[in-house]
Amino acid sequence: MIKKSALNPENAIFRETVPAGEYFLKVVKAGETVQILDLEGNQAADTLFYNAHNPTERYSAVDTIREQGNVYLTAGSKLMSSENNVMLEITADTCGRHDTLGGACSAESNTTRYALEKKCMHACRDSWLVAVTEHEELGMTKRDITHNINFFMNVPVTAEGGLTFEDGISDAGKYVELKAEMDVLVMISNCPQLNNPCNAYNPTPIEVLVWS
Amino acid sequence: MAMLETATPLYDDLIPGGSHWSFIVRRGHVLRLIDETGGASVGMLMYNPENPLERYNMPDTLKNQHTFLLTQGHVLFSDMGRVFASIIRDDLGWHDTVSGTCNADMVEQRWGKKTYQEAHNHHHRNGFSSFLNELAKYGLGKKDLTANLNWFSKVKTDDGGNMAYVSDHSYAGATVDLRFEMDTIVVLHTCPHPLDTAPEYPSHPLRYQLFKAAPVTDADPCKNSSPEATRAFANTALYHMMQS
Repeated sequence: MIKKSALNPENAIFRETVPAGEYFLKVVKAGETVQILDLEGNQAADTLFYNAHNPTERYSAVDTIREQGNVYLTAGSKLMSSENNVMLEITADTCGRHDTLGGACSAESNTTRYALEKKCMHACRDSWLVAVTEHEELGMTKRDITHNINFFMNVPVTAEGGLTFEDGISDAGKYVELKAEMDVLVMISNCPQLNNPCNAYNPTPIEVLVWS
Repeated sequence: MAMLETATPLYDDLIPGGSHWSFIVRRGHVLRLIDETGGASVGMLMYNPENPLERYNMPDTLKNQHTFLLTQGHVLFSDMGRVFASIIRDDLGWHDTVSGTCNADMVEQRWGKKTYQEAHNHHHRNGFSSFLNELAKYGLGKKDLTANLNWFSKVKTDDGGNMAYVSDHSYAGATVDLRFEMDTIVVLHTCPHPLDTAPEYPSHPLRYQLFKAAPVTDADPCKNSSPEATRAFANTALYHMMQS
């Protein structure tokens, strides 16, 4: 569902550009709104959310889709935690659909999806591992790396049980906006995937904005 | 039978409905899951006993095989690009791995609370607590929970992505054979599927059996089911080479 934002970027309390291949880590407080903006189009923002006070509670892809009864995320979707609490709600979305089934690329999944010799290429799960090892104060490890949201990705499921990767939903300037229902740690890997035609083999930057 | 080396089970056991259990299946064995009475749903998680940080990965399993459902010919990927198990037989054609598992609130709201004091071993268990109970036996916990498999259950979608649980999908005697390509901690429960809306708490037992698997040949249908599966078998072979 296409729903435009009512917020003005000039009033944002925080703005940061995240280059492709980098991670983003920030606590967003309950009541604040965070926007992820696709600056150049067809980028994938691989995103995980944790309870900022207890990262054992985290975004759960399967609980989210089951509780809303739909495999795609868009405006109105409530993002559920592993403890069955609402973490955030998508309050604006100019793409209309985001994926949470396809997961994030890893060095290892690059070997199976593309070619065995792709194993040393930078991947999203490596970005998250860098994030948690560079922030030991969070007390997080590989055990905390779970199934994510792929903002701006389109992964259609067919009635016959097929699953495909398509492009064409996002574009330069499209965004998704989420209101936090609890204090959440936002951890994004801005995808460095060079093997996927969805982004025309060209990973690009995103911008993250926060409003109080 | 071609993929089994032993015709009679090495082990045969029945897990009651609404229960949980776990064990390690060694590489080269087939775990046969049988819906004893019909209507079963079996939640399952998988970990590498040598390094439990390696675990079943739903997204890699689905996207590597361009599928939303699991059936014969598919392989079950770990997050390390390897194969825990191959589905060498499936009587049903569709198993779910996207719906997660039922929790205590859900079970109480749908079927009421039934404590041990009231019902002894027929008390209402839920999948979330059942998984945690078994995971704790291996030093694992909430952080290790991941998207699970729901054997014998079908959840389809329409063009808009709306999910629908298909009731009466499985029948008495329906069988799934999983050939393990790696040593694997198998954690399972027989609690209700989280989308099952049956009027009574669904309680269906699981019969499981273990067989010795026939050697995996280069012509193996699972190994050759997709280039992605073939590469995952190559990664798994490398892992085994480094173990010996």
